Amino acid sequence: MSRGSGAIIAGAAETDQVGKLPGYSGLALHVEAAVNAVRDAGLRLRDIDGIATVSSPGPTQIAHALGITPRWIDGTGVGGTSFLLHVRHAAAAIRAGYAQTVLVTHGQSGRSRIGEAPFRLPPSSPTGQFEVPYGTFGPTTTFTITALRYMKEFGLTESQLAYVAVAQRRWAAKNPRAAYRDPITVEDVLASRLIAYPFHLLECCLVTDGGGALVITSADRAGDFPKPAVHVLGTGEAAEAPMISQLADFTESRAFRLAGQAAFAEAGIGVADVGHLMIYDAFAHVPIYGLEALGFVAKGEAGAFIADGNTEPGGRLPLNTNGGGLSYTHTGMYGMFAITEAVRQVRGEAAAQVESPDISVVLGNGGSFATAGVLVLGRQPR
Amino acid sequence: MTVPISGKPVPVPTPETQPFWDGCAAGELRIQRCAECGKPYFDPRPVCPDCGSADVEWFTATGRATLYSYVINHRPAPGFEDGGPYAIAVVQLAEGPRMMTNLVGVPNTPEDLVLDMPLRVTFERRGDVYLPMFTPAPGGAGP
Repeated sequence: MSRGSGAIIAGAAETDQVGKLPGYSGLALHVEAAVNAVRDAGLRLRDIDGIATVSSPGPTQIAHALGITPRWIDGTGVGGTSFLLHVRHAAAAIRAGYAQTVLVTHGQSGRSRIGEAPFRLPPSSPTGQFEVPYGTFGPTTTFTITALRYMKEFGLTESQLAYVAVAQRRWAAKNPRAAYRDPITVEDVLASRLIAYPFHLLECCLVTDGGGALVITSADRAGDFPKPAVHVLGTGEAAEAPMISQLADFTESRAFRLAGQAAFAEAGIGVADVGHLMIYDAFAHVPIYGLEALGFVAKGEAGAFIADGNTEPGGRLPLNTNGGGLSYTHTGMYGMFAITEAVRQVRGEAAAQVESPDISVVLGNGGSFATAGVLVLGRQPR
Repeated sequence: MTVPISGKPVPVPTPETQPFWDGCAAGELRIQRCAECGKPYFDPRPVCPDCGSADVEWFTATGRATLYSYVINHRPAPGFEDGGPYAIAVVQLAEGPRMMTNLVGVPNTPEDLVLDMPLRVTFERRGDVYLPMFTPAPGGAGP
């Protein structure tokens, strides 16, 4: 039996626009992305027999909206990395014969909040008892709280942290769909207003509206679609703590590491094989944690690695080539957009196309380092 | 149990967390440890996260801690609008477990909040519960 998950991404697309879209509900963004992805695969909605999306609005709602009668359903909702897990679960379902052609959808009116459920944690939940009373206010106050510890342990400077945003803006400048495209400097980042010290505005992701969708099927159908198949070579998923205060070590992400190890092992690859990388970047420190967790650099080295230009245009490890959540778009659950950019790069149709990325790796985050998913995508089966 | 519609959020205990909140009301930081492997842990759970034993017990921690990490939040949560930027911190108890908290009795500035500084617990009433907060413990009262 050959390596890999046995699945391919046959179709991938985003909504016609991303950004501020007050004319769309979250559900409508799912639907538009789904229709675009199915069309991208050269299929019709009736060809879809499996559906996966996050728990709200949920797979039943999406299937209903699209007129799909699924025989396989996945509503895994573990935050922004959920879609990476959906791809992994879909690959397993396809291997098992539970479904043949799975549609994975994302749509979120994260900025305009049209048709979105209010975000409220019960005050009796663990987070409601042990974190919310201290004035947490979304991910800007939780996801970020590990950074000072990392900075003290490894000497990461405020300028190096700021440079993550600078490097990604250089990619965004090449992407006409990116929300922010004007070049920025470290000084610009450090002069932007403090959101949650040590994080400034430009070190925090955007909040936008948009969606994306994928069509997953078995690799033996690789030649049956209009676009080049993107092989799902390896997949991994892991969880650590639902509360940021309970992470084992604030200088690393165990979930990132475990998900990465599983995906690399399934694909039978090492870091030297990777030509393109997407790391969920809700905040500027997350790519630093991701580079180290996946083994691209040793612990404590990622800040200098990025500041030395290795991940920006012309660098040896292109990272977050759509501009990322910091400059491209971030609906709240960004993982789908990391996958769609990796698919574009492997197909050779990205706005900021890099040279010959035979293998692209996507690392997704859910919650505040709570959950992780990793996909290894390739042009060829292994 | 009353939960104010506005103002700072008030935790609502559950049966498995009630001993923690009872401890806070009595001015004690009570956390759990495993009776089998001896490991102290937080947040409250009925099973040891280290060895899986259900033989767990409550004990009173010293209340000594050190500052593990923090942010200073400039976009106040509902109920936190009045006091200016405030630190949301994670402290490491002398016994090992960590918890989120606020830092009182000290200016919430980067200059005044130095990682690993020694702290001690203090309790602040909110609604019907008392919340553990931490304050500097000069003289090296840390672990």
